[in-house]
Amino acid sequence: MSKAVIEHAEASETFNKDEPYVDWHDETLWFVRKKRDISSKLLPEWEELRETASQIKNYVLSHMDDLLEAFEKNAKANGIHVHWAVDAKEHNEIVLAILKQHKVERMVKSKSMLTEECHMNEFLIQNGIDVIDTDLGERIVQLRQEPPSHIVLPAIHLKKKDIGDLFHEHLGTDAGATDPQYLTEAARQHLRDKFLTRRAALTGVNFAVAETGGFVVCTNEGNADMGAHLAEVHIASMGFEKIIPLQSHLGVFLRLLARSATGQPVTTYSSHFKKPRDGQEMHLVIVDNGRSTQLGRADFRNSLKCIRCGACMNTCPVYRRSGGHSYHNAVAGPIGSILAPNLDMTKNADLPFASTLCGSCSNVCPVKIDIHDQLYKWRQVLVKGGHVPQAKEIGVKAMSMVLSQPRFYQWSGRLGRSVMRTLPFMVNNSLNPWFKQREMPEPPKESFRDWFVRNRK
Amino acid sequence: MSSREKILQQVKLNKPSGTDLPARYTFDSGYANTEDKFKEVLQSIYTEVIIVASMEHLREKVEEMYVDVVNKASTIPELASWADFSLQVSDPHDLEMIEVAILQAEFGVAENGAVWISDNHLQHRVLPFITQNLAFVIPRNALVNNMHDAYNRLSDTTGWGCFIAGPSKTADIEQSLVIGAHGARSMVIFLVEN
Repeated sequence: MSKAVIEHAEASETFNKDEPYVDWHDETLWFVRKKRDISSKLLPEWEELRETASQIKNYVLSHMDDLLEAFEKNAKANGIHVHWAVDAKEHNEIVLAILKQHKVERMVKSKSMLTEECHMNEFLIQNGIDVIDTDLGERIVQLRQEPPSHIVLPAIHLKKKDIGDLFHEHLGTDAGATDPQYLTEAARQHLRDKFLTRRAALTGVNFAVAETGGFVVCTNEGNADMGAHLAEVHIASMGFEKIIPLQSHLGVFLRLLARSATGQPVTTYSSHFKKPRDGQEMHLVIVDNGRSTQLGRADFRNSLKCIRCGACMNTCPVYRRSGGHSYHNAVAGPIGSILAPNLDMTKNADLPFASTLCGSCSNVCPVKIDIHDQLYKWRQVLVKGGHVPQAKEIGVKAMSMVLSQPRFYQWSGRLGRSVMRTLPFMVNNSLNPWFKQREMPEPPKESFRDWFVRNRK
Repeated sequence: MSSREKILQQVKLNKPSGTDLPARYTFDSGYANTEDKFKEVLQSIYTEVIIVASMEHLREKVEEMYVDVVNKASTIPELASWADFSLQVSDPHDLEMIEVAILQAEFGVAENGAVWISDNHLQHRVLPFITQNLAFVIPRNALVNNMHDAYNRLSDTTGWGCFIAGPSKTADIEQSLVIGAHGARSMVIFLVEN
């Protein structure tokens, strides 16, 4: 099976070569996770809020078609042009057609993971459109010509020195300057010029409200609003699962979103778009791109409840120590690993294995997605479907044989312990993947079973 | 078949069997003092809250605070002669020069320090974002406890509206908090008694 991507395990190995860097990455994300803990514990109703959000999202999944139709009707009545795209290609073509119709060749964009999923920037650039990402983190990774490594913190994998060097090269900041205040100010000046000179702006959508036909976009920087309110044409792209029934449901979701993401009580800006301003054109593209297939998979449809807070990434011991790019998917981490196989089982077969199944992701998820259960279930599906490399398949089969035969299991345990005691080099070598980054344990003299049999009175 | 029909048909076919919305989805926040909570949260997000007794006092206060500032704009009639930058422009790009904008807003939310502003109070949507510094004026009694109360108060969102909580910020460089990303570099909230 040939693959165009570097598998997660291999990419993680590269990531782990620089130990102080991995420690720093790990601690930085854990710091964000701790902020989430402090913030959530200030609300006595936190667990009830999660349950409520989960139930609202369950309702959304089971009434998706009605809600989408109601949303479309209300959005149109508000003067928004509504488009539907079955896949990434159609989404990108719709955006290009709108820009061409308005003879726009340069566009500003605020954060939209959907456009990352659709590889829209590459497509537009190939078609002669200049796209500028305006979220600071996204602008940084765009200048580096790499994708975001985290859905909320796009440049979390970079040190300030990397960004200082990058800005020195592209924005003319002083060589060697690494002060975040100074670098942010340089980006502010650079991007303000873009906001003032671009006639079209694209934003993502955090929530689309069926009841009002409006949509909400959340940012801390204010870049979505700067772009949209200055542009003649505002295009908003949304995966269809972003829909919620009532405006008052936003009370639940906005209380959960920022607290889960960064520990803030709310994002600085929660902008409610409903009608274009006078003289402006507003377009909304509703995208499927595999979502309706996922909706039909009983074991995996809950992944569509995701509100993209990133809490599962910040808490994940594997994500923190392997970095977002190791996941070779627009959405990394635990949630990305259950969304990605739906898009391409062959290319993304490694991702559900990039987990310890510790369950921390499910525990922090604000909409109670059973993430670690789905990771486990994807493994079954992928092995049965023949999407997993043969070595892993043989390993799993051998383990299943040993574990299903008690006498064989006892014998192999005894053999293993004696080998580790007498011939330690048999396991303490680079051919054994368990020896990577860790010492092998001291083998016990006997198994628990032997001890139990001997001591049972 | 159009893409719209294809998507809706597939969704209809694949959606799970119906579940109900939760009967209750709002919660009370029993703050001892809503205004104290509002001030406390805003202080933590770098925003000063100033209580003024009347619109005359507001005027005196802002004259004192922004004494050397040029390019001042306001949507508040009582501050019309204080302002030296007219909002009567047809192109919102012209607002780029504004140094400070003092804007009437509707109400504030104690749990997160957010203030609701909408088309009802604003002729240019970009104004609270493009100004270098921002101040909101809201009636002292227009504070609610939490976001559920906020949406109860908000019957409709008009054409556009926004909850704004503090100045613009980013932590995209090594998680170091920097105030003044793209929007306002500073924020003040005036609570007016009468």
